[in-house]
Amino acid sequence: MPAPDETLIARKAEILRALKRIVPGEGVVAEPAELVPFESDGLSAYRQTPLAVVLPDTTAQVSEILRWCQANGVKVVPRGAGTSLSGGALPLADGVVLGLSKFNRVLEVDYANRCAVVQPGVTNLGITAAVEAAGFYYAPDPSSQIACTIGGNVAENSGGVHCLKHGLTTNNLLGCELVLMTGEIVRLGGKAFDADGYDLLGLVTGSEGLLGVVTEVTVRILPKPEMARALLLGFPSVEAAGATVGDIIAAGIIPAGLEMMDNPAIRAAEAFVHAGYPVEAEALLIVELDGPEAECAELAGHVRALAAQRGADFVKVSADEAERLSFWAGRKAAFPAVGRIAPDYYCMDGTIPRGKLPQVLTRINDLAREYGLGVANVFHAGDGNLHPLILYDAEKPGELERAEAFGADILKLCVAVGGVLTGEHGVGVEKRDLMGEMFDATDLACQQRVKCAFDPGLLLNPGKVFPTLHRCAELGRMHVKGGKLAFPELPRF
Amino acid sequence: MLDEAIRPLEPASADEIVAAIAEAGAAARRIEVVGGATKRSVGSTEPVDVVLSTQRLDRIVDYSPDELTLTAQAGARIADLERLVAGHGQMLAFEPPRWTRLLSARGEPTLGGVISANLSGPRRIRAGAARDHFLGFEGVSGRGERFKAGGRVVKNVTGYDLMKLMAGSWGTLAILTELTIKVLPAARAETTLLLFGLADVRAHEAMQAAMNGSFEVSGAAHLPGFAAHAPPLKAESAVTALRLEGFEGSVAARADALTTTLSGFGRIDRLDGDHSREFWIQVREVEALAGDPRPLWRLLLPPAAGWRGPHGLPGDALYDWAGGLAWLASEEPAEKVRRVVRDLGGHAVCLRGGDAFGPREGPLAGLQARVKAAFDPLGVLNPGRMEATP
Repeated sequence: MPAPDETLIARKAEILRALKRIVPGEGVVAEPAELVPFESDGLSAYRQTPLAVVLPDTTAQVSEILRWCQANGVKVVPRGAGTSLSGGALPLADGVVLGLSKFNRVLEVDYANRCAVVQPGVTNLGITAAVEAAGFYYAPDPSSQIACTIGGNVAENSGGVHCLKHGLTTNNLLGCELVLMTGEIVRLGGKAFDADGYDLLGLVTGSEGLLGVVTEVTVRILPKPEMARALLLGFPSVEAAGATVGDIIAAGIIPAGLEMMDNPAIRAAEAFVHAGYPVEAEALLIVELDGPEAECAELAGHVRALAAQRGADFVKVSADEAERLSFWAGRKAAFPAVGRIAPDYYCMDGTIPRGKLPQVLTRINDLAREYGLGVANVFHAGDGNLHPLILYDAEKPGELERAEAFGADILKLCVAVGGVLTGEHGVGVEKRDLMGEMFDATDLACQQRVKCAFDPGLLLNPGKVFPTLHRCAELGRMHVKGGKLAFPELPRF
Repeated sequence: MLDEAIRPLEPASADEIVAAIAEAGAAARRIEVVGGATKRSVGSTEPVDVVLSTQRLDRIVDYSPDELTLTAQAGARIADLERLVAGHGQMLAFEPPRWTRLLSARGEPTLGGVISANLSGPRRIRAGAARDHFLGFEGVSGRGERFKAGGRVVKNVTGYDLMKLMAGSWGTLAILTELTIKVLPAARAETTLLLFGLADVRAHEAMQAAMNGSFEVSGAAHLPGFAAHAPPLKAESAVTALRLEGFEGSVAARADALTTTLSGFGRIDRLDGDHSREFWIQVREVEALAGDPRPLWRLLLPPAAGWRGPHGLPGDALYDWAGGLAWLASEEPAEKVRRVVRDLGGHAVCLRGGDAFGPREGPLAGLQARVKAAFDPLGVLNPGRMEATP
């Protein structure tokens, strides 16, 4: 992280006074004991006590806080529920954490336009809860959906096990209200499709809290499918399971969910929730089909046949809703389940072209041996998003560092086979220093100029996403000067 | 086609585009960027010094049906790409429109052009817009720098989502040279339910009932009388159409269920297979307003309010996206069109006969201008395409 500015830390009392003036009452947290819960997010290996935490409850307060911080050079780290797995909400010693937890109301449900207007602190599942009685739901479903907030989902462009068919957060948003670091308030989108001008809503989604603070979100809601049916398919090899995934897609089927777990993950999950998983299988697929009953029945038959051709030796089709949910219970509890077999685990998030799966899993297992660490793999198989869980013990000297180095090697491997560093968890602090694996200096400069257009003082969530922070003035320099061409050697027309 | 007066540059590589931009920037020249040159009527026509066409950059770089991805150069023609993926039972799910007749153009739309304009057809309500299928790109910014963003996989959050920013930026930020998009399995079957003679308000009620049930409607359009008279329908009165796509059994089951739901809206006919496909091409291409001399508007509205937009604006209108998109041919002043639509919570884009996007005010205007400057500080690329420069 950037070195803390001691002069700012020395101004703590003045900063607190200003924040308390804007947010009276208990909205400013500064006592050391009360700051502890804010020290880290879902990536708990990284910890930092912030200078202070401010918890506004109106957009006007957010605007005033940002304007004051901008004028006084104070850094701000926005925070939703703090469930980021990439350190997106990691505080700064010389920065203020801006928590949106008090923005917890569903403002409007508009069934006629199939959307809901919510505050950013509403949980992901809270949106579905508000509309399910009318037969609707909000589609993206990150595994942390009971806790994570829609504001955080927007910042991270969160996915989930059902995003293969229904898309990520960005595909399910219609609009937002955004407060810039200057305190200016802008509305992007609304209840209508497509952007009026540049698609800044799409740009802000997944920007990891670096461009602005979201204070209101308009999401699309969908009618619930008539029914859903899930299949558990056990295979004697990872290759056979991977090939089946390819066959399903090639047959023109896009399942609502298509998950894979390897043997260590299957065993951990089964021991934890007793979902009926085949513990001898080398790989397990969970395939969910949704739609009318006729479709689910027809496609379940197709999928069974495809799996049989690849040698699946365990097949179970959910008979009812309770059984379908129990199939998912194991997968959704995979992280805590792995948490029971090792003192600590470190979750990676690369995406690869699906066809490279056997090759990548073999290499991951080789690396595990080299590093002397265990690994369990869960995998959003339909879209190639890999979640290796590296097992380690933080109490043992050097193990965390080994786990991190192992994780970095996995992500480099993902990029090397044509994939990317992160499919849904974000870059944050965790993968910041690996950005150079995917992007060259010019690519990163183009991205950082976008940052400068929104936050020229680089005060919003600094230290995240980009390995080096260039001052905006540096980035603004043009390569064309005084009539001289940048590339005089190139052919002319 | 392009003006005779300006012979277009036709670079064959990204480096030649770099050189063209560097040269233009140095000489304070301005470049109009075109692919198939089919959408040149959009936006005010500011004078340019150079026309740059991506036509020669037309290579298909990689098509991986199993990975659901397609990478091609910007000048690759949409028709060619659709033929290619259809050969593998796949489709460009955002149903890219051509609009050649609509905009009286003669060229062939390209991948770069369709994505840069974020053009989506009727399936947008189900499958998302062009921007939702845009996974990664390489391009040259208005600074003359080659850069890339995104990737070649379907799920990726590494770095800012510059794909969203480029989609719909109409070539005003960068010249895209190579794009990766997502492809999806094509539907095995389709059927379209037709309702007849509904007034605009009633048609919107029918579309809403269809969209709010679990029928997975992939097209919802309403053609008032003037638009419904044309072939293949040759209907005597208004037609409201709802498309269902997927596996045969599923389409049949959903069509029956939807028919029951819509029983209160009168007689229901069905168009199957090729007849259905032909009908939706007509909707996609806005055939009913092709050749109309009046200014042509796309009104993006909250769907339930779709009919309200044109009802405050004399002219001829038809509706797609379950009411979320109203096409309007009207002589009304641009300011009035924009005000009426804005008051309903939407925005209006003029495709022919005026500035595309209206004047902007407040902090958002400043932000949009700073984003433009981040990529094209000298204003080299496509001046006036998105908004009139003062």
